[in-house]
Amino acid sequence: MGKIRILCLALLLIVAVLSFSACFKDQRPVLNVYNWGDYIDESVIAEFEKEFNIRVNYDTFSTNEDMYVKVKSGGGNYDVLFPSDYTIERMIKEGMLQKLDFNNIPNYQYIEEQFKNLDYDPQNAYSVPYMWGTVGIIYNKKKVTKPVTSWQILWDQDYAKQILMLDSQRDSIGITLKMLGYSLNTRNLKELEAAKEALIKQKPLVLAYVGDDVKDKMIAGEAALAVVWSGDAVYMMRENPDLAYVIPEEGSNLWFDAMVIPTTSKNKEAAEKFINFLCRTEIAYKNTDYIGYSTPHREAKKLLDPELLSNSAAYPGAKELARCEVFLDLGDFLKEYDRIWTEVKAR
Amino acid sequence: MKSKWLSFPYLVWMLIFIFIPLLLVLYFSLTIRTPDGLVFSFDNFRRFFEPIYLKVFLRSVYLALISTVICLALGYPMAMILAGNNFKRKNVMVFLFVVPMWMNFLLRTYAWMTLLERQGLLNTFLTFLGLPPLNLLYTQEAVVLGMVYNFLPFMVLPIYSVLRKIDRQLIEAAADLGADQMTIFRRVIFPLSLPGVMSGITMVFMPAVTTFVISRLLGGGQFTLIGNLIEQQFLFVGDWHFGSAISMVMMVIILLSMGVLSRYDKEHEGGGLW
Repeated sequence: MGKIRILCLALLLIVAVLSFSACFKDQRPVLNVYNWGDYIDESVIAEFEKEFNIRVNYDTFSTNEDMYVKVKSGGGNYDVLFPSDYTIERMIKEGMLQKLDFNNIPNYQYIEEQFKNLDYDPQNAYSVPYMWGTVGIIYNKKKVTKPVTSWQILWDQDYAKQILMLDSQRDSIGITLKMLGYSLNTRNLKELEAAKEALIKQKPLVLAYVGDDVKDKMIAGEAALAVVWSGDAVYMMRENPDLAYVIPEEGSNLWFDAMVIPTTSKNKEAAEKFINFLCRTEIAYKNTDYIGYSTPHREAKKLLDPELLSNSAAYPGAKELARCEVFLDLGDFLKEYDRIWTEVKAR
Repeated sequence: MKSKWLSFPYLVWMLIFIFIPLLLVLYFSLTIRTPDGLVFSFDNFRRFFEPIYLKVFLRSVYLALISTVICLALGYPMAMILAGNNFKRKNVMVFLFVVPMWMNFLLRTYAWMTLLERQGLLNTFLTFLGLPPLNLLYTQEAVVLGMVYNFLPFMVLPIYSVLRKIDRQLIEAAADLGADQMTIFRRVIFPLSLPGVMSGITMVFMPAVTTFVISRLLGGGQFTLIGNLIEQQFLFVGDWHFGSAISMVMMVIILLSMGVLSRYDKEHEGGGLW
């Protein structure tokens, strides 16, 4: 008798919990957004929710690779993603993205022409540019006395245990290849092995391999040099005036992040509404102003603080950009990059 | 046993959430992806025994062993003090030991980061004393510290619960028969507490050898442990096959060491495998 009573009680409890949660279930349609960490002014999400009566389920990732693996393995059921160029290229090739209906995204007209029809999406059928930027070195002027012009400084004994590297394989291998004078899209195994040797040689000098926490570390003066994305550099320099950003002379990576809709999306209409909303001038301005990355949005750019526009970290000159290369999808050769990064990290 | 049917829900639970996933891991570990689909192969296991991965494995075992030894050295005396008769505020102390575990594990580890940083609390204090600041964070020592800090209660509590149950009369008898304190400990208390020590060791060693959070946060991604390797294969590289193979090897090793240890844990004190 006692056991049955316990069982009944347990069942009752389960039913109660289930019905309780059902009561609080949001009736609004849901939009699942998967973006980089620290890559939006979060008040914008609330504005969208209010205006369109759609609930946004907002998730973040830290590298293209972990986003790709999660979406590929069927996790998340996301409606809007924010991958970078080479990952978009790969996802298009693998049929993971839906073509966009640009009639539903009229604000696309505000995107500057030079950011349309880029190599990763030649007909611009799948993506709407969100931000762009470069990879470079941020350094603390008080701690680094030597001139910072080359990636070589990240291999300088004088700054042992003062260097932060990005825990992102394409970026870290890419800058090493650039330092060695190779293309950051190389498919030459010898060049890649040389990059591996260099990274292993650098390892004792590296303080840590970090992600978004690089910002707090550099602002607090925990390290002297770090490899960072330009927009993060803008943010850091705003917080700590001792910091400066350089695109080394060997050249670097120029990247574009764009909004796409994966084939797993069940709510394409809302997803397009969201993309269009983010391309609205005042919203695009708000995001650009907040996160510090460079905007491809013509009208939003006009609203920006002239000081930011003249900041060469955010809007580098043509000469600097000419040295930069865009990542390409490497297809099956990516396995070699995976292997090399694993071997560097495991060392 | 009339109440056997009560265990059915749990059996079903185990089947769905433990047994079937294990089979999946085994399946993935024994296959590789080729252009013609999945093919049966031992390649993943062979790959694990390449020097570079063996090194990661040895590093994990080494760091976990050090942490376990430190936990034991710190934990055993603590457990004895807690279990001692003459200790008045026993419950308060046990409580204090458990309280940190109510806090999120990640939060506690992040807290260590702010303590150990160059501009952190410890170094600020050192500079205040006129001493040169130390490189504390992102070192192997920081990783060991994180493990010891997080897993110490798992060492103390099983030993404590075994020690508490030791029959006082045995100790009195030993004393009556002329044994001194040292002999009593060596011949009576310690042998009787072995089951607790063994389950303490397993409960510290296992999470320590498989952790990936502590090594990433406090090691700054420089000390790849077996847990990081598995995480990387699943989350970044997307090679579930190799990741599964590493997990299988780990599981076998843990099972073997459990088997060895459980021979001492005759009375199943302190929870054992959890």
